[in-house]
Amino acid sequence: MVERFQEIKARLGVPRLIIIGFVLALFVTAFATGMPIGPLVSASLVRIGMNGTLVLAMVPTIAAGVGLNFGLSVGILCGLVGALISMEMGLRGFTGFFAGILFSLPFAVIAGWAYAVLLNKVKGQEMMVGTYVGFSSVAVMCIFWLLAPFRNPEMVWAIGGQGLRYTLTLDKYFGKVLNKLLLVSIGQWEFPLGLLGFFGILCLLVHLFFKTKVGMAVKAAGANPRFAQASGIDPDRTRTVGVILSTVLGAIGIIVYAQSYGFLQLYMAPQMMGFPAVAAILIGGATLRDARISHVVLGTALFQTLLTIALPVTSRVIEGDISEVARLIISNGMILYALTRRDGREIA
Amino acid sequence: MKTQTAVLPRQRGMDVSLFKKNAVPLLFLVLCVLGVMVSGMDARFLVYEVLTRFARNSFLVLALLIPVSAGLGLNFAITVGAMAGQIAVIIITHYQIKGLAGLAWAMLLSVPFAVVMGYLAGMVMNRAKGREMITSMILGFFANGLYQLVFLFLVGTVIPMKNRSMMLPEGVGLRNTIDLWGISRALDNLWRINIGGIWVPLGTLALIALLCVVLHYFMRTRLGQEMRAVGQDRHIAEVAGIDVDRIRIIAMIFSTVLAAWGQLIFLQNISTLNTYNSHEQVGTFAVAALLVGGATATRASIWQAMVGLLLFHTLFVVSPQAGQALFGIPQIGEYFRVFVAYGVIAVALALHSWQRRSR
Repeated sequence: MVERFQEIKARLGVPRLIIIGFVLALFVTAFATGMPIGPLVSASLVRIGMNGTLVLAMVPTIAAGVGLNFGLSVGILCGLVGALISMEMGLRGFTGFFAGILFSLPFAVIAGWAYAVLLNKVKGQEMMVGTYVGFSSVAVMCIFWLLAPFRNPEMVWAIGGQGLRYTLTLDKYFGKVLNKLLLVSIGQWEFPLGLLGFFGILCLLVHLFFKTKVGMAVKAAGANPRFAQASGIDPDRTRTVGVILSTVLGAIGIIVYAQSYGFLQLYMAPQMMGFPAVAAILIGGATLRDARISHVVLGTALFQTLLTIALPVTSRVIEGDISEVARLIISNGMILYALTRRDGREIA
Repeated sequence: MKTQTAVLPRQRGMDVSLFKKNAVPLLFLVLCVLGVMVSGMDARFLVYEVLTRFARNSFLVLALLIPVSAGLGLNFAITVGAMAGQIAVIIITHYQIKGLAGLAWAMLLSVPFAVVMGYLAGMVMNRAKGREMITSMILGFFANGLYQLVFLFLVGTVIPMKNRSMMLPEGVGLRNTIDLWGISRALDNLWRINIGGIWVPLGTLALIALLCVVLHYFMRTRLGQEMRAVGQDRHIAEVAGIDVDRIRIIAMIFSTVLAAWGQLIFLQNISTLNTYNSHEQVGTFAVAALLVGGATATRASIWQAMVGLLLFHTLFVVSPQAGQALFGIPQIGEYFRVFVAYGVIAVALALHSWQRRSR
């Protein structure tokens, strides 16, 4: 029994065990205080589908050897631009949703490429430079939102007719289109199959990508750049592919997130959005050098379930909203743990 | 004639390298001059504002110098030190210790907190060699979470504290803003003189000058030399018999204590404590100011800190009005200065690691 536990501990690591224990404790508390479990699980499933794609965006950069993509906001900003163009054209429903993704792709590819060129020049400091490239892009885009030539009266400030509002309501556009797709409800339990299916398809596509020739090269060069170079792969090129793919997934991810949330958040809102995604994949078991789709799914499920049910459950026991503080401690604690782990080489 | 031709090229070469060395501060000097011209600000107001900001932010920027020389890079975790300062300020406000005595007590009380936190931060840094900067940044965020846990949920429940003016009406957690009238400008008003209609806080400036002198001589002591040796090359220092990990922890402790005091100087000037926000941007702004002065992650001097502080804060003061004058939208200037703070960090770090790689 003790040996079994030691084995599980070694496989999962202490932080992950604590988080799993925490989630279980929350469910037990919910059950003990007589809360219905169905709505809690349903809400968690929505949050998993909502955030999953952003977490998935971490896989290509880690696989390519660039590390955690702290500059995910670069992709997020491209997604926002795509969504805004779709709204400006007055596209609704699924047309609006897919048009938003389509419009964001060229921006994401170009921005991702430029971001990759920079990251290739600063090997060893990608995470730090990435963080601040993300932060400064968000600030530049704040100025863009103020000056951007959008004219849809529902998007710009009522007074002056210029400058986008802080948050845009998506009700009339593509709000909740995926959430409502194939929503199966059994009693109190609701399963957003469309939302989860979309996330599943993207996971599958990324998985298949790493089975292609290009994908294998990205992985090989990420694991050992010198060896890959010797076998004719240019690591800078595979890193570029990884960063572009991550940026594109970030763009798609924010559109999925926004449709689920029902609002498009502009200005400083995207600044910290990359951090929960980084934390989630680490909670799932990824390290700075190794990330798999299973880490994405497990990490998103654990982290989002925890965040979703923490507020309603803990509010029965203690006063105030502890979930925001819990999110800060858990996500940054997890990133800190990953950065200070003594497993293998220093990032080169 | 011959000597002249021989001398001239060398001089020109020197000029170019001087320009290249100071490219960043020069660029910001140009930006500042343009900003001042465009904004059309009253000169006296501008000088007063920049001087005030210089006085209240210097300590925090100077707190960054020791970790840089010890090879830890830019210590974004000075936010942790700022939190130690805030804990002390909360304590003295609770016990209503006022005036200069209150500030002195706060400085004293912040030391044990800062030493323990700096020690822990140093241990974390030693486990993250090669990626200290990102780790220090995340450490700051993490500590912020713990800080919020303590002051939002543990105060009034686990920590028995009762104080109507400082706490939320429910009796658990501190208010978002706490009035620091007790120590308001305690240091600034200690010794201030009026020069041409501008109040100059000489006391605060004298303290900053004192810290500069102490830092200057500290780097020439044995401990300071060891820090520099560790900063130059960890492995050689190790071979030379220096306990590298210990030196790095000491550097983090010094930095954290100085940051705690820096935050106290900042708070006595501002006179209100935003319990959950005052410390958040401390790291970013201090690092940005230092980098504007031309410092890098491996080299930072007192002069760079001073020049950077003046340029960064001049730009900070004039940006909103410049944005208003240029585009008719003051928010543009505000976002522009946010961009400058983040952008200068991104560019400086990128340039630095680029240069190091190409060498």
